[in-house]
Amino acid sequence: MTSLVVTSLSKNFGAVRAVDNVSFSIAGGEFLALIGPNGAGKSTCFNMINGQLAPDGGTVLFDGRGIAGLPPREICRRGIARTFQVAATFGSMTVAENVQMALIAHTREIYRWWRRAASYHRPRALDLLRQVGMQDAADRPCSELAYGDVKRVELAIALASDPQLLLMDEPTAGMAPGERNDLIRLVKALVIERGVSVLFTEHSMDVVFAFADRIVVMARGRIIADGDAKSVRGDPLVQQAYFGSGRTFERAGGVS
Amino acid sequence: MNWEGLAFQAVDGLASASGLFFVAAGLSLIFGVTRIINIAHGSLYMLGTYIAVSLASAIGGPLGFWGGVAATAIIVGVIGALIEIVLLRRIYSAPELFQLLATFALLLVINDAALWLWGPQDLLGPRAPGLRGSLEILGRHMPSYDAFLIVIAPVVLCVLHIVFVRSRFGRLVRAATEDRDMLGALGVNQSVLFTAVFALGAFLAGLGGALQMPREPASLGTDLTVITDAFVVVVVGGMGSIVGSYVAAVIIAEVKALCIGIGLVALGGVSVNFSKFTLIAEFLVMAVVLVARPQGLLGRPQIAVRGEAALEAPIRSASRTLTVFGIAVLVILAALPFLARSSPYTLVLGVDVLIAVLFATSLHFIMGPGGMHSFGHAAYFGLGAYGAALAVRWFAAPMGLALAAAPVAAALGALLFGWFAVRLSGVYLAMLTLAFAQIIWSIIYQWQDLTGGSNGVLGIWPNPPFDRLPVFFLLSLALVAAGVVLMRRILLAPFGYAMRAGRDSPLRAEAIGIDVKKVHWLAFAVAGTVCGVAGGIFAFAKGSISPETISIDHSVNGLVMVLLGGLGTLSGPIVGASVFAILQDFVMQETEYWHALLGGIILVLVLAFPSGLVGGFLRIAARWRRP
Amino acid sequence: MRAHAFIVGVVLAGTACLSPLAPAAAQTIKIGELNSYKSQPAFLDSYKKGWEMAIDEVNNAGGVLGKKLEVVSRDDGANPGDAVRVAEELTAGEGVNILCGTFLSNVGLAVTEYAGNKKVFFLAAEPLTDKITWQNGNRYTFRLRPSTYMQVAMLLPDALAAKKQRWGLVYPNFEYGQSAVAAFKEMMKAKQPDVEFVTEQATPLGKIDAGAVVQAIADAKPDGIFSALFGGDYLKFVREVDTRNALKDSVVLNLLGGEPEYLDPLNDEAPVGWSVTGYPWNEVTMPANKAFVAAYQARYHDYPRVGSVVGYLMIKSLAAGIAKAGSTDTEKLVDAFRGLNMDGPFGPFVYRAIDHQSTLGAFVGKIALKDGHGTMTDFKYVDGASVLPSDAVVKTLRPASAD
Repeated sequence: MTSLVVTSLSKNFGAVRAVDNVSFSIAGGEFLALIGPNGAGKSTCFNMINGQLAPDGGTVLFDGRGIAGLPPREICRRGIARTFQVAATFGSMTVAENVQMALIAHTREIYRWWRRAASYHRPRALDLLRQVGMQDAADRPCSELAYGDVKRVELAIALASDPQLLLMDEPTAGMAPGERNDLIRLVKALVIERGVSVLFTEHSMDVVFAFADRIVVMARGRIIADGDAKSVRGDPLVQQAYFGSGRTFERAGGVS
Repeated sequence: MNWEGLAFQAVDGLASASGLFFVAAGLSLIFGVTRIINIAHGSLYMLGTYIAVSLASAIGGPLGFWGGVAATAIIVGVIGALIEIVLLRRIYSAPELFQLLATFALLLVINDAALWLWGPQDLLGPRAPGLRGSLEILGRHMPSYDAFLIVIAPVVLCVLHIVFVRSRFGRLVRAATEDRDMLGALGVNQSVLFTAVFALGAFLAGLGGALQMPREPASLGTDLTVITDAFVVVVVGGMGSIVGSYVAAVIIAEVKALCIGIGLVALGGVSVNFSKFTLIAEFLVMAVVLVARPQGLLGRPQIAVRGEAALEAPIRSASRTLTVFGIAVLVILAALPFLARSSPYTLVLGVDVLIAVLFATSLHFIMGPGGMHSFGHAAYFGLGAYGAALAVRWFAAPMGLALAAAPVAAALGALLFGWFAVRLSGVYLAMLTLAFAQIIWSIIYQWQDLTGGSNGVLGIWPNPPFDRLPVFFLLSLALVAAGVVLMRRILLAPFGYAMRAGRDSPLRAEAIGIDVKKVHWLAFAVAGTVCGVAGGIFAFAKGSISPETISIDHSVNGLVMVLLGGLGTLSGPIVGASVFAILQDFVMQETEYWHALLGGIILVLVLAFPSGLVGGFLRIAARWRRP
Repeated sequence: MRAHAFIVGVVLAGTACLSPLAPAAAQTIKIGELNSYKSQPAFLDSYKKGWEMAIDEVNNAGGVLGKKLEVVSRDDGANPGDAVRVAEELTAGEGVNILCGTFLSNVGLAVTEYAGNKKVFFLAAEPLTDKITWQNGNRYTFRLRPSTYMQVAMLLPDALAAKKQRWGLVYPNFEYGQSAVAAFKEMMKAKQPDVEFVTEQATPLGKIDAGAVVQAIADAKPDGIFSALFGGDYLKFVREVDTRNALKDSVVLNLLGGEPEYLDPLNDEAPVGWSVTGYPWNEVTMPANKAFVAAYQARYHDYPRVGSVVGYLMIKSLAAGIAKAGSTDTEKLVDAFRGLNMDGPFGPFVYRAIDHQSTLGAFVGKIALKDGHGTMTDFKYVDGASVLPSDAVVKTLRPASAD
């Protein structure tokens, strides 16, 4: 079962062709990493799928329907959720309220104006928080949390809309190495349980090679490799793109 | 009007542009580096004119004039440096709006200081020695001094440009304007740089004020007029762009000069007096620019500043004790007509406080939880007041109907203007709301047949039994309490959460399916509607209304009320409005220098309670509770 | 509502307690005075000196009805909303039933409206709009100064005598300027049907772009100019006219242009030859004026302006009215003011019963330079009574409910 199909996607910034004729697809339940050196075009590509940028050419089909050029909120309603490189939560709300907000938005109840928001979907929010291991912090202000915990809350927010596809932009950026694996392990467990597909970009190569089902490598706006960890690791084009020589990936992970 | 005449007006307009440019360039520079919107910049310009006139009259002759101009610029530059060191340095880390409030307070203080020093009379300076005559151009006489002004602004512009491109100071200024973090990385002594920039900005303002001496008398009203104009210029030109300031100053001065030049013309049988448009020409230009190119003509697209907003504690519903307490207060207020029978003025003031509370609460609704800093909230107050008053005047509507017309009129205005406003953020949104308020003000001011023009609408008195003050007070209390409770419920309901979600993280809010602009647009409309109710009550309380209800002053009062109370709590605006209204009433009675006193009080509050009165109170309470 | 609303309650209740429970046994007659002191200091500074002098004169002579006069003075915030609140504070809080003062037309009108509705006596001292005594007049409001209509009518003979056909108009764009120009146009059209108005500049109050305005007027080539500018706008306009060598062959009329408040800051740049209304304080030889000027100078070491006379006559009128009424009862005071005869620095005048307008006049003449300062020459005092329309016309202007 195919979930997302990207065909001939292109985007120009002035004379720079940031994304050039990119095509790939994600199958249902697949854990797909999109990697590449800085400036490879992966963020641009990512932002065209999540609706932040409109593509100049190409199509993005989700469940057979075109979503390219739709605003992010529409894309969310089609069943695609996302997390941000710098975790974005609502700082003036408690942890539980953050998740409740996402649930309220998902059930299209944001224009209700009398009953207290705190009474909407509370059990479901606590259940989601339990799944990411944050139920004890439910009533703490989100702004007080440690960064790793904010990432977990963000994951709960993303899962609140019952997505079929989860887009994660550098999910482990800014985290300590130990935390990284914990978070991705959690994500992987949750998506397997729910049958959600995941598309994520990542700098940390150990995370990518340890968890991704499949890896798409971009360089200078194009896809240069697409396959499992083993085939990508051995691909001379990929090594060329990253280093121009045969240094190891592990060092690159440390630099990010 | 012939083409030669218009051409001459256009050349002449460049002289007016020079004055605007000096003050706007300084403002823009200071904003670029320190991120402070310095309202007191208008005061520095005003001081420039006063000091130059004093020096020129005391010394006399060419030395008095030209030496005086140079000395004035330096003196004002030093004053600017002192202001930066004594006051602004303490508030760099405060929220943007608090800095604004502090500099506004400073403006009030300086204005009274000038009154005390120079007295109330306008002081006309001497004409420039050597440039008293005129040049003949196109068969007309252009004052030589105007020609001098036309040349001097581009010269100063070039000098500034060279300084910024060539010198280390210039590079630091550009670095600070474009990339704050890089500046820190360079290991620059920030406080010295900030003081220097502030002094330079003040120097330019002082120079601009001094150079106007032959054209404009030194007058106490200049500060607010000039700062408003300068703001418009800076926003149109693009924040932080000196060249943009010059371009914008020229455009605005030209539009005004041409409006005057065209004068009275017949358009399709209706005679239109273009000279009247000088009232709003600049605001129309600004509104068009902001809608079409939000970052200004030569500005860079704004970097989202909202992320810097101080983190706020979650809003929680009132505990049982607090609810009981609130109801008790309401009961006491309801009993006030009986408690205060011996002093009827208490009720008069009470109605004013209630109106202020509703005004401030509705402004807080969009400013706090919505994150939209409206500088033109008086527009919706005014639309409400005029809606009610005109319903009475034109349709002889009874009070009930007129009071219902108030929120409708305000809602329509808010829906229209809000649609444009929510597309911007930060300072740009603030300036667009200000421009809209000025446009509404001008329409009401000019459309005499419909609105009564500058006189306003008279004879809007309540019907019995509300013509008795105690009954009217109770009616106001009921309406205001209903409005406050309604807004509170909305803020605690999903809609209010969606507003805050859109403010806290617009990207995240969109990503979970919230249409942030639509939510904020409706929030703007709700705030406008409720504010309209306040305007309606106001019209019936005073019996007459006039365009002043929509003035910048009134909008600024609303801002002061909200900021006094603090943005972070729902009760902030209630306390802020009450304190402000009562303070204003007392201060106005007690002293001739009430501007200065009010400014002083605001300064103390800003320095002592950076999170507003309620925030400060809660902090003290928290400290007290902890052993 | 939350706990903090409690503070509001406390403050409101506190206000209630602080206010005097009952007005102190009346040893004095309290007069509530409100004006835009902060916003219009140039005029109101001397106005205040004027009324303070009058208060001392009245009280030193034993007061009125055996009681001393006491003025409770307030700033009206220069806007109608604040002004009405201040009026309420003066009546409800201070317990006065006599109000006086105001400068701006819209503020004056708002207080007029308040006085009419709340049945409080109001003597509008300075605001010029005709509406205070005519269209929006009421039983409780009187006005001291000659109205816009009267001032225009005073200048009209000069306009007619010039026999000019093409006129340019310039005025501050608010009630006073608009109604002055409307009155001028109407009177000119009636008396000189071939008159033509070739340009009309409505400038924002206090923000005239004088250079452009003067140039635009000059380009329209009028033979005569009627101006209602005052204050800073007037200064800038005069200077630009001179610098640009403009309007050399035109007749210029400027309402209020001879008032020391606006003329003196020009020093030696006073526009010689312009026809103006005003007050040449040191040239008027009437004994009453000489005595007033001497007393004023002795007291303040400064010379009187128009504001001084207005402030002075305002209090003198109230004292005379209360004395005539034999009481401070509002209704009796209104009746006493109708037809109240007064004498002042400008000579006698009367508060007309028909429209509550005083017949105080003004001086009309041409601006001249004397010892490097502007003054008026060829001036004469025009009695207000001589320029008011007929009683029949006035009756149609004033609402029937006003009497």
